[in-house]
Amino acid sequence: MQFPFLSVIVFIPMVTALVLLLMKPEQKKAIRITALTAAMLALALSIWVYFAYDKAAAGYQFIEKYNWMPMLGISLHFGVDGLSVPLVLLTGIVMVTGVMISWGIDDRPREFFAFLFILASGVFGVFTSLDLFMLFFFYEIAVFPMFLLIVIWGWIKTREYAAMKLTLYLFIGSLISLIGALAMYWTSGLHTFNMLDLEHAAFSLSFQKIWFPFVFLGFAILGGIFPFHNWSPDGHVAAPTAVSMFHAGVLMKLGAFAALRVGIMLLPEGAKFWSPLIMGLALVNIVYGAFIASVQTDFKYVIGFSSVSHMGLVMMGFATLKPEGLIGAGVQMFSHGVMTALFFAAVGMVYDRAHTRDIPKLGGMIKPLPLVGIGVIIGSLVSMGMPGFSGFVAEFPIFIGIWKTQWVVAVIAAISIVVTASYVLLVVRRVFFGKMPEEFEEHIKPINTLDKIALVFLMALMIGIGLFPALIVPWVQSGVQHVLTLLGGA
Amino acid sequence: MITFLPILPEVLLLALAVLVLILDPFLKKDANRRLFLGMFTAAGLLVTLTLSLFFARPADPSLVFGGMVRFDWLGFLFKMFFVFAAAVTALFFMDTDKLNQRAEAYLLLLAATIGMCLMSSSADLVMLYLAIETTSIPLYILAGFLTGDDKSTESGFKYMLFGALTSAVLLYGFSLIYGFAGTTSLYDLGIHFSNFDLLAVGITFLVLAGLAFKVSLFPFHFWAPDVYEGAPTPVAGFLSTASKAAGFAVILRLLTAVFPVISTDWSMILADLATLTMTVGNLIAMAQKNIKRLLAYSSIAHAGYAMIGVVAFSQLGFASAVFYLFAYMLTNLLAFGIVGVVGHVTGSDDVSAYNGLDRRNATLSLAALVAFLSLAGMPPFGGFVAKFFVFSAAIQSGWIWLAVVGVLNSIFGLYYYLNILKYIYLYRTENQDEDQHPLPVSRPVAIALVVLVIGVLLIGTLFGPWFGFANHAALNLF
Repeated sequence: MQFPFLSVIVFIPMVTALVLLLMKPEQKKAIRITALTAAMLALALSIWVYFAYDKAAAGYQFIEKYNWMPMLGISLHFGVDGLSVPLVLLTGIVMVTGVMISWGIDDRPREFFAFLFILASGVFGVFTSLDLFMLFFFYEIAVFPMFLLIVIWGWIKTREYAAMKLTLYLFIGSLISLIGALAMYWTSGLHTFNMLDLEHAAFSLSFQKIWFPFVFLGFAILGGIFPFHNWSPDGHVAAPTAVSMFHAGVLMKLGAFAALRVGIMLLPEGAKFWSPLIMGLALVNIVYGAFIASVQTDFKYVIGFSSVSHMGLVMMGFATLKPEGLIGAGVQMFSHGVMTALFFAAVGMVYDRAHTRDIPKLGGMIKPLPLVGIGVIIGSLVSMGMPGFSGFVAEFPIFIGIWKTQWVVAVIAAISIVVTASYVLLVVRRVFFGKMPEEFEEHIKPINTLDKIALVFLMALMIGIGLFPALIVPWVQSGVQHVLTLLGGA
Repeated sequence: MITFLPILPEVLLLALAVLVLILDPFLKKDANRRLFLGMFTAAGLLVTLTLSLFFARPADPSLVFGGMVRFDWLGFLFKMFFVFAAAVTALFFMDTDKLNQRAEAYLLLLAATIGMCLMSSSADLVMLYLAIETTSIPLYILAGFLTGDDKSTESGFKYMLFGALTSAVLLYGFSLIYGFAGTTSLYDLGIHFSNFDLLAVGITFLVLAGLAFKVSLFPFHFWAPDVYEGAPTPVAGFLSTASKAAGFAVILRLLTAVFPVISTDWSMILADLATLTMTVGNLIAMAQKNIKRLLAYSSIAHAGYAMIGVVAFSQLGFASAVFYLFAYMLTNLLAFGIVGVVGHVTGSDDVSAYNGLDRRNATLSLAALVAFLSLAGMPPFGGFVAKFFVFSAAIQSGWIWLAVVGVLNSIFGLYYYLNILKYIYLYRTENQDEDQHPLPVSRPVAIALVVLVIGVLLIGTLFGPWFGFANHAALNLF
């Protein structure tokens, strides 16, 4: 038997959280080091899994299955395919960089890292679960620490409102999907929550048509789909830096991923029937999100709404049900994850020093914070889909997919690229260039080494993928093949 | 030969009660020494639990003692949980002024537990009524135990008035059943109730009213908030868990014994009751500022969730209802335990007493986190799986709308449970001097809380075996 990589990855953060909670709250340094070590370990394992994944063989690999409750057919069943393996890696990356950037948290760091790690455990669990019950189990585990993280360490002005709003939205979404999942379970007559079996359950057409919107939209709420996207910018803004990174970088992918895995893969006929609706909603996401982002004056809200816009592209890629669209969406999930993580890290660094995120009040930050400025510039280039960066690798196939499905949609969606380019460049100019307001002179301290490592790491990833798409595309492609088979070879 | 094994838990509880009484005069008046009473009771209950687990396991269901008691898994499981709940409550008693000095308190607790054990296994109307009264009367006294405290007196008195009235209604129902069917044995009643006629409906309503009071179903829930608020906190915890579960045990048994095939009209009535109970409980809970009242309304709502399993009226449904009650029992005992500790130190049951709790005692706050998230139905705690099973049973039986109602209600629930966590983790005390006011937890209570936290985690993660037991209980009913 091979080493149980996936369950170790899933449970490392959980066990670390317990260990942290058993440590004395005063040992702040020891707590931070423990957290970083555990995160590194999880990242190392997920890198190993990523490169050990056999793209040629495709399908689900690293499968582990332990019967958990045979009576209802629930098992602890892990496995990754080409779509989930980059997301596992992404989670590892965000985890490590998140811990690095949160080094300075002084208020109850023990609880902070413990909750963050419980969240990470839930995220890993969702990406690797092949059992529908366990997927929900981990999904909810990923939701509740968010509330505590935002409410305790969040931005004082909106944290209570935003945390409650976010948690309720996500909880509603997951429960709606849960009802749909239970309906699938009983209708299939297979008495198993094993998704590999449910994929072949062959639900009747009318069943799929009724339940697909509930299952898909329930999860897509976490992916920020219009008109249920409202929680997300508020949540991003109120959350502390590392949590925003997790939230936009990984958590929103959780929603999109689960919507794909449970919605599209288990109910493919329903997906075909409803894909125009999903496409319509995603189109609103893309264009409306971009326009709203362009009129924000709060740096963090800009990124928050740009996430809504970019996640729309992911949903749009799904809705095309075409190979190009799906591959693009798969890459976009990874690319956007890294990009937003970088953006939020940078915003956090600026805010920690300037104590304001109001764009008109900022300026000239490139001088004291050169690396942050470069990071944001690269992030912006990724964000507008510039060739040579990971955003292009992701968005280009998505647009091909859309064009093949409905060219009008592609034209309208393309507006967002222009809008995005305009607002990100504007933000870069106003925040990092121009004249620095006098009150900031001499007050902006340089960032520390850990911050630098985190930023460079994230930047390298985006450029790396942009220059060598082969670092990710083959993986996603092997995963998409399976989805297309389920969709009937379309 | 008569074997006493079917009622071994009851026999041991009785022996323990007598021992507590005998021990009482031998203990010195010194307050600390008298704490030994609680330790003794808890240890005795633990022995009872262990012995019963080994020797009182039922084989195939059978009627014993002239048909008075049914020896089956439903009774056995519930008995084990009642004994466990009583043991935990005895430990909580040790931290409650006045209660911990008096042997009577422990005696009453044990007496009520004996009554509950019998409730869960009675197979005869006479036995059942006696068991219900044996449970209720000690609880009336316990609720009003703090004689100097007006609220406690009010609580005890109110509980007694409501209880006596519904008990009379229940007894009237029983007498009609006897007059109508000519037998008091539950398992002979089935044939007389196969039709949905007016008489049967009327009688069942009377009986249901009596039991609905016990489990605080809408519209018989009004007593709960007032009684919980005034009663000593551990007593309120015991009322809201063990006593409620005992009521459910009776409902499950009565329904399957008397209505082997339930008509859709009945299911519909029960479904409406469940809906109203959940919704009313949750909506009013949102507005509460007193934690005990909040938990009272939340416990009303939880009775509604458990009812969903009953409405499903299938083996899975009943198993999930039983499982739900176990998960809820562990969680709510934990919640009331924490409320007891905070109330003991701060002297207040207002939610604002929880300001800065995390800075005053981080470990206790984590226990509270576990309790409230489990109540809200979050994994990896018991509440999530319990709700999952209940909704799953509802959908299996085609009650999709009821599952949706349950889901919407969990959202209301989540809102007010998260609100409490805000007080614990975010808000601070007036002078922000939490460091100077640590919140100590006495050893017996700490033991009880740790056991409960582990229990909530175990039932939420390793739920397979637990559900297996619950399923066994349901299997014995159908």
